[in-house]
Amino acid sequence: MTTDQVADSILDETAAVSRPKQWATILRDTWSYGRTKVGVGLFAFILLLAVLGPAVSPHSPTQFIGLPFASPSHAALLGTDNLGRDVLARLLWGGWSVVSLSALATGIGMALGVTLGLIAGYAPAWLDEIVMRLLDVVLAFPSIVFALLLVSIEGPKLWLIVLAVGMGHAPRVARVARGATLEVAQNEYVESTEVLGVSRGRILFGEILPNITSPLLVEFALRLAYSVGIIAALSFLGFGIQPPNADWGLMINENRIALSVQPYAVFVPVLLIGILTIGVSLAADGLSRAIVGIERKPGA
Amino acid sequence: MALGIITLWLVSVVVFGATQVLPGDAARVILGQNATPERVATLRAQLNLDRPVVDQYWLWVTGVVKGDLGMSLSLHRVPVASIIRDRVKNSLALVLIAAVVGIPLSILVGALSARWRDGWFDMSVTVVTLALASLPEFVLGVGFILLFATSVFHLFPAVSPVSGNVSLWRQMNMFVLPAMTLVFAVAPYITRLLRASMIEVLESEYVAMARLKGVRERVVLRRHALPNALVPTIQGTALQLAWLAGGIVVVEYLFGFPGIGQALVEAVESRDVPTIQAVTMLIAGVYVVTNLFADILTILVTPRLRTGLR
Repeated sequence: MTTDQVADSILDETAAVSRPKQWATILRDTWSYGRTKVGVGLFAFILLLAVLGPAVSPHSPTQFIGLPFASPSHAALLGTDNLGRDVLARLLWGGWSVVSLSALATGIGMALGVTLGLIAGYAPAWLDEIVMRLLDVVLAFPSIVFALLLVSIEGPKLWLIVLAVGMGHAPRVARVARGATLEVAQNEYVESTEVLGVSRGRILFGEILPNITSPLLVEFALRLAYSVGIIAALSFLGFGIQPPNADWGLMINENRIALSVQPYAVFVPVLLIGILTIGVSLAADGLSRAIVGIERKPGA
Repeated sequence: MALGIITLWLVSVVVFGATQVLPGDAARVILGQNATPERVATLRAQLNLDRPVVDQYWLWVTGVVKGDLGMSLSLHRVPVASIIRDRVKNSLALVLIAAVVGIPLSILVGALSARWRDGWFDMSVTVVTLALASLPEFVLGVGFILLFATSVFHLFPAVSPVSGNVSLWRQMNMFVLPAMTLVFAVAPYITRLLRASMIEVLESEYVAMARLKGVRERVVLRRHALPNALVPTIQGTALQLAWLAGGIVVVEYLFGFPGIGQALVEAVESRDVPTIQAVTMLIAGVYVVTNLFADILTILVTPRLRTGLR
């Protein structure tokens, strides 16, 4: 057997007893909070709407069906928008972009942040210091300003927005990952793998990463809620999904001039975005209570 | 202090790099595909794009330090500084109003919430702040417009085209809804921070000691617990105030409020690079400086750290 195989067999034995049981407990505790049930319910509702919406939509989201800003009627249950399109159809079509882009941006932010945090937490002090100071620079830009800065030259490209929001998350994720890594790295089993001569990469991603998943999961849920807010805000400002596509953030921008005449075209997308962010953060709060035992200190 | 300056310098590199260096020729992107070579050349000269990158950066950053922010590319080529001067004042007034209302409110609610921990007041505060904290600013803002400006009540204007020629007091009604949105976006965080910090202090031995001495609960809270609970929240509060700089972008755009946030959105729409650079630099600079002040303040009010400084 090579050293890696020896290390694996030893580690698998310890891992097999502790991890699955731990996860079952965490999930059961998480679910025991009322707020988790409400949060997951709200999130599931939006997800269902976003995924199944296009299939049950009465019209195409770009089809003109009446006069602009018409009040609700039989033909258009929630009235029409600024160009006379069906508000209900645009709502049913416009959820997927918010959900998918936010999830993608959060995924990128987590991957970047976790990698940098793991490296910083396990690296020599000088490298740790440099990585974290450089991340502080990104932290100086509020996420939305950072995204605007990046789209200012290339224009509103979707990949750029997803990347910008993801990069904006990276420093905060990295802080969490670094803190957790520092704690785990002191454990004996990490020391033992070091003695066995396992490579750095394998220690980081094979031994430390699986043991810091619970704080990272909480962070993922929190970041997802922020992503929704930022992605929707960018669409609202006109730098996200471009017309004539349907998107909840964009709908608010398109229809807000007629807020007093046809409030549904603005109110319902705002409500849905609100339900989504509240749902995700309630679930995140339940998860963090179950993991930490107490509520996590809030803050960005 | 030195760290703050290094961070500011790196911030300026990011701002400059993102807008002027990264993707090919900024001049061509700004003018579009149909621009004549002469116009591109003129704009390149104007943006100093015809010089080496390091020179370009040096010219720009020395200008920023001296207060020369360059010429705007839109609005008849006036200096950026003259465009954003009034807007900075407006935004500052908005953020200050939000802070003056929001911070004491958060402290009061957070402290009372900790005082009656797990009671009905605390429970509702916890749930409401959690929900509010997760709502994006524009969701709150649109909600307030619907509630107070259009559909339900007609108390305040839905748009806030604040004018520089009218005194603040005479157009106070225009500040109400944008400021309220900012308060509701920031206060939940500070409330939760203070509540957590206050609970920790209330469980400490010196508070138990004060109670045993027979000090009245109100005095324990005001004289002993609150001042100590405030210290750990200074940095979090500063972070939130700096975050207001991000919040104003969306809120100002929503309310048509002429501040730097709206200036940024307009500049990005028209690809006015010097204005984008100036505003993002300003917002990031505010963050760095606010954080620095918070660090200093924390050291000054913490006796243990203060002696360590000497």
